[in-house]
Amino acid sequence: MASSIANGGGGHSALRFYLTKTAQFVLVLATTLLGLVAVTFFIGRIVPVDPVLAIVGDRAPPQVYARVREELGLDLPLIQQFWVYLKKAVTGDFGNSVLTTNPVMTDIANTFPATFELATLGTLIGSIIGIPLGVLAAVKRGSLIDQVVRFIGLAGYSIPIFWLGLMGLLLFYAKLGWVAGPGRIDVTYSYLYTPVTGIVLIDTAMQGQWDAFWDAVSHIILPACLLGYFSLAYISRMTRSFMLNELAQEYVIAARVKGLSEMRVIWRHALRNAAVPLVTVIALSYANLLEGSVLTETVFAWPGLGQYITNSLQNADMNAVLGGTLVIGAAFVLLNLVSDLLYRLLDPRTR
Amino acid sequence: MKRLPKFLLSAAMIATMATSFNAVQAATPPDTLVHAWQIDDIISLDPAEIFEFSSSEIAGNTYERLINYDVKDVSKIYGEVAESWTVSDDGKTYTFKIRQNKKFASGNPLTAEDVVFSLQRAVILDKSPAFILGQFGFDKNNVKDKIKQTGPYELTIEVDKPYAPTFVLYCLTSTVASVVDKKLVTQNEKDGDLGYNWLKTHYAGSGPFTIRDWKANEVVVLERNPNFEKKAPLARVIYRHIKETATQRLLLEKGDVDIARNLNPEEIAAVSKNPDIKVDSAPKGTVWYLGLNQKNPNLAKPEVRKALKYLVDYAAIADTIMKSKGEVHQAFLPRGYLGAINDTPYKLDVAKAKELLAQAGLKDGFSVTMDTTSRPETTGIAQAIQSTFAQAGVKLELIPGDNKQTLTKYRARQHDIYIGEWGSDYQDPNSNADTFAANDDNSDNAKSKPLAWRNSWDPGPLTAKTRAAVMERDAEKRAQMYKELQQAVLDDGPFVVFLQKIEVAAERKNVDGFVMGPSFDTNSVAQAKKN
Repeated sequence: MASSIANGGGGHSALRFYLTKTAQFVLVLATTLLGLVAVTFFIGRIVPVDPVLAIVGDRAPPQVYARVREELGLDLPLIQQFWVYLKKAVTGDFGNSVLTTNPVMTDIANTFPATFELATLGTLIGSIIGIPLGVLAAVKRGSLIDQVVRFIGLAGYSIPIFWLGLMGLLLFYAKLGWVAGPGRIDVTYSYLYTPVTGIVLIDTAMQGQWDAFWDAVSHIILPACLLGYFSLAYISRMTRSFMLNELAQEYVIAARVKGLSEMRVIWRHALRNAAVPLVTVIALSYANLLEGSVLTETVFAWPGLGQYITNSLQNADMNAVLGGTLVIGAAFVLLNLVSDLLYRLLDPRTR
Repeated sequence: MKRLPKFLLSAAMIATMATSFNAVQAATPPDTLVHAWQIDDIISLDPAEIFEFSSSEIAGNTYERLINYDVKDVSKIYGEVAESWTVSDDGKTYTFKIRQNKKFASGNPLTAEDVVFSLQRAVILDKSPAFILGQFGFDKNNVKDKIKQTGPYELTIEVDKPYAPTFVLYCLTSTVASVVDKKLVTQNEKDGDLGYNWLKTHYAGSGPFTIRDWKANEVVVLERNPNFEKKAPLARVIYRHIKETATQRLLLEKGDVDIARNLNPEEIAAVSKNPDIKVDSAPKGTVWYLGLNQKNPNLAKPEVRKALKYLVDYAAIADTIMKSKGEVHQAFLPRGYLGAINDTPYKLDVAKAKELLAQAGLKDGFSVTMDTTSRPETTGIAQAIQSTFAQAGVKLELIPGDNKQTLTKYRARQHDIYIGEWGSDYQDPNSNADTFAANDDNSDNAKSKPLAWRNSWDPGPLTAKTRAAVMERDAEKRAQMYKELQQAVLDDGPFVVFLQKIEVAAERKNVDGFVMGPSFDTNSVAQAKKN
């Protein structure tokens, strides 16, 4: 992406830039998705799991087995199966999940908001805390603060999220009772609001169900902090190294010589420049969380995309896996675009 | 989402309840029972298709069948929708009288027409469990003549051969024979699908509870059926899908769920020390076994099959890895089934095993693989078996795999040894005899593929004996035949049965009356309440 920006640099008009950008985006999106579908499709057909089993179970008589196999189109040659899938997918029909019996896109519309809600909150927490920590560590390089931040980062990388999640539940939910337990909302509140966006926090707030809203907050806070911690570990480390790089630049010395306050030098000048690569880092970490953190979702009984895709994969429910992969692929491409656009806002040289 | 408007009524009720709770209160409403359970196996709510554990339990609590059996004494069969029944002298015609004044949850009256429709429908749809009815000679072409309404409250079922009546009756207690609301289902029929596409996600029954909502991999909500004669004490029952067992335990101890269904042995031991929690259990009609593929030349030797039966530490597995979740059992019929052998002749005996291996010309042992699903329990048992096998020089290599992956390989008989569970399809001994002791065609392209086939075993005369046992109308003689079949498989068969499964539920102390039967569709919340 960075190279395309460099090519587009110079004196082009903003309109032209956005037009090329849009065309590029559509092209990238289409090829990425096509590639993804093809790879996932063929890998899925090689996996030594019989997808018919997920539907008919282990006991079905042979004629039932054969009929379902035919219904799934598995008796056709592989290439033909792929063609049939593509033809349908282009018209927006991604097939039904065999496990849930719903159209795949309905399932994803049900599970993605849960993941989206958690990932967004996690990334926000990670950035809001991670960036200042990283800056602090860079400025006070070698000090105790730097060591502490390094330790936090290291721990975030190396402690299994599964274990940390369970410990968090044990402490804050079971022992202290500060937060609510696994799940998105208590049974008592779960039918008090109508799902519109699928994002519980927004739905409950828009419908004025404040009790339900606060209950949802008390459910999401722990897993969001947990994911926040993991993105914080990454973001703070990267912020530190970008900042160290900037602080060694001549313009920083110049600013200091000019007599600007240290605060201004660090937060307005150095961080502003470090922000450009940082955007990519945050976008990547966000995209990672959007895939759905399977382990976090499992520990917290969070009905998100990660659990959905994993479960589908284990049952060779290929329509569901393909649909999920497409959505994640699209999210990646979209986030890439957003970070490209942010580059342009943050770095005048790319305009 | 479509079903939500229906919910607004009950939501109003819950809303009034909710205000009496503060936000941090961790307790479920007093008229609601909340289970934490792994319910991602549900693929359909249509009783003609239901064949999975959790959906069977849901069907058992929401639908009624013609007849059912007493969970405390399975030999007692009683009428559920049926008031009485008779068997003709030639043993081929069963006549059922239906109770009058019964109503479905929809308000429609339940008559013989509904029963006939339901049974015909299950045969015509021909989903996985349809063979339970199909084995009496029904198919989509003849079922309308064989299962007939003979009066507003009377019907006859004509089977193709004079089977043992218990065999026919037990099969009619299965989920697949549930009675569905003909009028309601027909209203939702599309393109001659007999309402299948609708009923997959909806409800049309007459049981103590109705199914209000199913969100795949998330939740199933049951609500009391106001038309049911013996009203359920609970207003609703909620099954929450909680995959992680440690999470189930936390929710239970905190009181956010009332029953945890999948705790592992350590977690059961831990929660049983909690004064607010009690542990209940029931033996299930499921056995754990090793399948020895006879395509492997070593495993095909009778001495080796026998030696391996002496190389499993039955007691240690039941007392440690599977503590409270299994008891030692070695015959293919689970305890509680007609004719089941409850003796356990084998125990770990390395010297005897070595002797047998030497007789087979394998004095120094041999190497063999075992396909193992990566579930913690299976892995634990497999490792225990690996270590006892090693004591006699049998080098067992474990091949871990995902459940469906291992099963795919097993079904194609490409394994050496397979470790797994087998649950009976219905309450009659034929269910297990048919798979462990009979194999009509051992060729690769056989039409029917029972467990004996999967392990490439030709049981010889046992096949004919299994077929004869199902026709024996004298219960005592019939039981004796199954005893002989089990004994033959115990002595020489390629199956090392080692445990009978026990289902365990950890419940909050105030939960009362959740009954666990021998099969999942006899796990009942109909009379459960909270004190």
